[in-house]
Amino acid sequence: MATLDINRVRKAYGNLEVLKEVNISVGDGEFLVLLGPSGCGKSTLLNIIAGLEDITGGEVLIGNRVVNDLPPKDRDIAMVFQSYALYPTMTVRQNIEFGMKIRGIPAEERAKATNAAAEMLQMTGLLDRKPSQLSGGQRQRVAMGRAIVRHPDLFLFDEPLSNLDAKLRVDMRTEIKRLHQRLGTTIVYVTHDQIEAMTLATKVAVMKGGVVQHFGPPQEVYDRPANTYVARFVGSPAMNIIPGRLLASDGVPTVAFDTPQGEAVVRGVPLSAETAHRFAGRDVLVGIRPEHFGLDPCGTVPVGVDVVEPTGPDTLIVFAAGGTEVVARLEPFDAQVGRQERFSVKAEKVVLFDPATETRLD
Amino acid sequence: MTDISQSAAVPGTAPQRPAATLSARLARWLPRLVMAPSFLVVLIGVYLFIAWTLWISLSSSAMLPRYDFVGLEQYVRLWNTPRWHTAVINLFLFTGLFLGVTIALGLLMAILLDQNIRAEGVLRTVYLYPMALSFIVTGTAWKWVLNPELGVEKVVQSWGWDTFAFDWITRPETAIYCVVIAAVWQSTGFAMAIFLAGLRGIDSSIIKAAQIEGASLPRIYASIIVPLLRPAFLSVIVLLSYISIKSFDLVLALTNAGPGGSTEMPSTFMFAYTFQRNQMGVGAASAIMMLMTVAAIIIPYLYSELREDTHGH
Repeated sequence: MATLDINRVRKAYGNLEVLKEVNISVGDGEFLVLLGPSGCGKSTLLNIIAGLEDITGGEVLIGNRVVNDLPPKDRDIAMVFQSYALYPTMTVRQNIEFGMKIRGIPAEERAKATNAAAEMLQMTGLLDRKPSQLSGGQRQRVAMGRAIVRHPDLFLFDEPLSNLDAKLRVDMRTEIKRLHQRLGTTIVYVTHDQIEAMTLATKVAVMKGGVVQHFGPPQEVYDRPANTYVARFVGSPAMNIIPGRLLASDGVPTVAFDTPQGEAVVRGVPLSAETAHRFAGRDVLVGIRPEHFGLDPCGTVPVGVDVVEPTGPDTLIVFAAGGTEVVARLEPFDAQVGRQERFSVKAEKVVLFDPATETRLD
Repeated sequence: MTDISQSAAVPGTAPQRPAATLSARLARWLPRLVMAPSFLVVLIGVYLFIAWTLWISLSSSAMLPRYDFVGLEQYVRLWNTPRWHTAVINLFLFTGLFLGVTIALGLLMAILLDQNIRAEGVLRTVYLYPMALSFIVTGTAWKWVLNPELGVEKVVQSWGWDTFAFDWITRPETAIYCVVIAAVWQSTGFAMAIFLAGLRGIDSSIIKAAQIEGASLPRIYASIIVPLLRPAFLSVIVLLSYISIKSFDLVLALTNAGPGGSTEMPSTFMFAYTFQRNQMGVGAASAIMMLMTVAAIIIPYLYSELREDTHGH
């Protein structure tokens, strides 16, 4: 078990900078998720932590030990790959024991560790099969078993669930979470799936273009995204970013935006007095999560229903506001396209962004 | 086919029927017509003459074919010929060395080329190029290279190392190794290309995983990558064995089975006895022996390949 500190890490291929001054620090036993679209540098960062790619600048510390120049095998890590990376010519047992064999662990101990891991992952019956005889989920289990027997300081997962079908992905997600709770080992997990990030992480680092956009606990990333990029990337449907304005107010921060049906006013958004004063009367971007709208005859947001999408537990209503399309997630009701409704907004959940920098206003 | 017969069965479409069946018949027969000439040529040129050779090997033919039956007499005579023994021993020696050295060098070169080196495309072409030459050209070129009066020995001596000797091609006990050298030179690039293709198909994260587990590079190759190349090994072994058994032109051009018959191979033996020494029966018997040897290698290979095909791999 160990802490992980990434200090001002940079990585460049020639002139192409793929990581720019990345700073991340997690404590012992945390579950860090690196979240971002493909090409954002998250896998590169994971490979740097693993030692599979060398570092251009900065330092990586595992358990307060600088590992920049250590080869992967001396970093006390175990990695699970997207393609599972099982050795095709070996049986499951040989796959799991290969690393221990190299480290010179006696056969008896190897067998014991393998059996324990197999039991934990419920694959005792698979030990004598070849990887080609296993399903995707079973291969994933073997890859995890191979990582577990190492008892590493740090587990690295590189998009481990992307090759599985939707149903299995949910099951394996739960399994990974259970594994983390049971072993308590620090985990770094790379994914582009924001739901995986939300469900698994104790800390999320949202990345884009080699820069960490937001680093914090998942709930914080969800509730108070650092900028509009994070706001749009995390959550499904994404947070609505509506161009509006901050009213010169009497001490209660109030925003307004236009809908074709009239002006919508939201009183009491969270904003410090200083920022409220500075932005009074200016344009702002109003961030509202779809579930923070409510159907309310006395609501302050006049709405013309454009599209109705019932999902079962909720009904999604698409309407126009501030020149963009806005989605509201409401309890199912008898929604009619073209009808006018009034929505209320949970003002305390509204996030404001500076239109110039697109960063959050506090 | 089923569509046509079904539509023809519908009463309203009856007038179309003759045209449909004519084109259908043509469609059915055209592939067979196109294939027929080559099928006929192969049938006569290969299988008929295999049968004919088998018959000759069981007859008392000498200078001219004689269509009688003497049982296995020619085979007995063949196996009592010392020169045939030399040919068989040479074949095993040559095949063993040729396969071993070609595979070892080809694999080594493929592994080295697979290390993300610069100008890989150029090097690959350079190594593969000898394959484009005929064995006659290879044999002639190496005859000069290995000739003590013209080649390596002469060059090194002219540099001042007067006692240097490399006269293997002139000595009966070493001449066969010269054939091996030339054959290895020609085929190594080919083995390399097949191994390289195999290496390219291996998921790089497997290697990363093994690295993280602490395996050294030689260990990764020995325990994981080389076992994964099994299909490539099988292809190389089968193709090279077949090349070595039928090797005829190379020996003829390089040593002409000499000196003193020391580089005789079954193929040159067959040629000499059938067409030069007027012992057609013995020649045919040796040809059948070669066919059996090739079949012993190729048939299990084809069998395993075809079985994999039906399993949908």
